[in-house]
Amino acid sequence: MSRRGTPAAAGWFVGDGVGFRLLGTRCSSCTTVFFPREDAHCRNPYCTGGSLEEVPLSRKGHIWSYTDSRYRPPSPYVSNPELPWEPYALIAVELAAERLVVLGQAAPGVTVADLTVGMEVEVVPGVLHEDAETTWTTWHWRPTGVRA
Amino acid sequence: MTRDVAVLGAGMHPWGKWGRSFVEYGTAAAREALADAGLDWRDIGSIVGADTVRGGYPGYVAGATFAKALGWQGARVASVYAACASGAQAIAAARAQILAGLADVALVVGADAAPKGFFRPAGGERPDDPDWLRFRLLGATNPTYFGLYARRRMAVHGDTPEDFALVKVKNAAMGALNPYARYRKRVTAEEVAASAVVADPLRLLDICATSDGGAALVLSSMDFARRHGVARPVRIRAVSTVTPRFPNTVLDLPDIATDSAATAEVAGETFRASIARAAYEEAGVGPEDLSLAEVYDLSTALELQWYEDLGLCGEGEGAKLLREGATAPGGRTPVNASGGLASFGEAVPAQAIAQVCELTWQLRGAAGDRQIADARVGISANQGLFGHGSSVVAVR
Ligand SMILES: [Zn+2]
Repeated sequence: MSRRGTPAAAGWFVGDGVGFRLLGTRCSSCTTVFFPREDAHCRNPYCTGGSLEEVPLSRKGHIWSYTDSRYRPPSPYVSNPELPWEPYALIAVELAAERLVVLGQAAPGVTVADLTVGMEVEVVPGVLHEDAETTWTTWHWRPTGVRA
Repeated sequence: MTRDVAVLGAGMHPWGKWGRSFVEYGTAAAREALADAGLDWRDIGSIVGADTVRGGYPGYVAGATFAKALGWQGARVASVYAACASGAQAIAAARAQILAGLADVALVVGADAAPKGFFRPAGGERPDDPDWLRFRLLGATNPTYFGLYARRRMAVHGDTPEDFALVKVKNAAMGALNPYARYRKRVTAEEVAASAVVADPLRLLDICATSDGGAALVLSSMDFARRHGVARPVRIRAVSTVTPRFPNTVLDLPDIATDSAATAEVAGETFRASIARAAYEEAGVGPEDLSLAEVYDLSTALELQWYEDLGLCGEGEGAKLLREGATAPGGRTPVNASGGLASFGEAVPAQAIAQVCELTWQLRGAAGDRQIADARVGISANQGLFGHGSSVVAVR
C-alpha cells in the first residue's frame, strides 16, 4: 500500500529534490521576510503594512548552532514508543539573504559529531513520521556535499 | 516622590515532588509570608496570583483560587500569566496597585505542581500555537534550546563543558544550605561530567529539573509599613516587564525561527539585556551597585549568559568571571545564593517570586548560612515563553 505524502505544516515548504524550498512570506511595503509564514499583518513595527506574498527562502545557509535530543520528546511529537529511541540532531541555520535563523531537524544519519558552527548546510525534503494512510513530510538540514 | 514598595513578608513551601495540589503549596507559602509580615489575611487589600493550569483553564484561576483557600474576605483580585515571568509580573501588578493607591497591602502568590520530565504544551491539535508546533514538527524540548545556546557559546566565546559544570558546582553548594531547596547536596564537576547527555553539549546536571513549589510575598506602601511599625523594610525599587524589540535576532523559546534582520535596524542589545537595563534605569542603579543577583539558571550555560546580560562583565566574559570566583559567595557579585533553579527546579509561577524571597532574606541579613555579607542591592532576572521577561531590583 502506498501512503499519501502530506506536509506536516501546510504551506511551509514546496517542491522536491533540488527544487525543495522553505516558503515564507514577504511584505510588499517593507520587504521583510517572515518564516514561519505570516499571512495576517506585517510584524515590522516601523512598517505601515503591505500585502504579504509567498516567497521561497534561500536553499543554503550556515549553522548558527546545533544540539540533539537524547531522550524521547513528549507529545505532540509523534514517535513509536515500542521502538527504541533514536536521537536526532537539531540544527539552527542562519540564512544570509533573509538574515534570519531557522531551526530544523538534521537529515537522518547526521549526528552532532558531523557538525560545526559555521558549516554550510542545505534544506532537503524529509519525513517526519508515517501512519497508516499518510507520510507526513517536513524539511531537514543536511551538510552540503553529503548525499543521503 | 518615592516609588518604592515595602516587602513586609516572604514565605515559601519547600520545593520537591510532593504529589499535592498547587493550591496547597501556594496557601502554605502565603500563610508563611503573612506570619513573617505579622499580618492577618483579613488585613490584605489585594491578592495577585501567578497563574498555573488547572482543569484545562490556563490563566484564569490563580488569584481567586488562593483567596478561596485562605477564606473569601472580599480582597481585590488579579491573576497574571507570563510563562516563566508570571511571578515577577504578579509582583509588578501588586506594586502598580499599591503605587496607584488602589491597595495599601497586597499578597502575591505563585505555586505549581509540575509534571515529571519535559514540559509539554496542552493537548489537542493546535497548529496555531508556536509552542505546540515546535514539539510536533521538531520535537524541540526546552533543553534542546538550552543546548543550542550552550553550543553557540562554545563556538563564539570558547566556553567549555567544564565551565558549565562549575556553575552547577557553585549553585549546588549554596542550595545545600537552603532549607527550601529541593536538592540539598553538593555536586562535583566529575558528577556533572558523568551524568547523561540530554541535549548536546548539556548533561542532566546542567539542566534544571521540574518541581513542585510555592512562594509568596506581602507588599505594602511605605506609609503602611511605617504605620505597621517597620521603619526600614526591604524595598522593591523596580520591576521591569519589557517585550523584545523587532527584529528579535536570538532564537528564543518556543520559536522555530528568528525575525529577519534584513530590513529593520537591529537593537544594540538583546532582549535579555534589555530586561536588566530597564530595571537598572527604573531603580537608578547599575551593575556596579549590586550585592547579589538571582538569575534563571535553566541551564548552567544560560547562567553565564545572564552575567553578560546583567552587565556583570563584557560579552563573552561570563566563564572568565565565574572562574575568577566573582559570582561565588565572597566574590564581587554572588549569583544564585539561593542555590538557583539548579537546586530548586522549576515550579513556573513560583520561581520568580522565590527569587525575590531570597533577595528579601539576603537584604535583611536573615539568609542564615548562605548570607552574603552586607547585602544592600539585589536584582533578579527571568525570561519566559512568548516574549515575557522581568527583572526586579530590591534594596535595603
Ligand atoms: Zn512591512
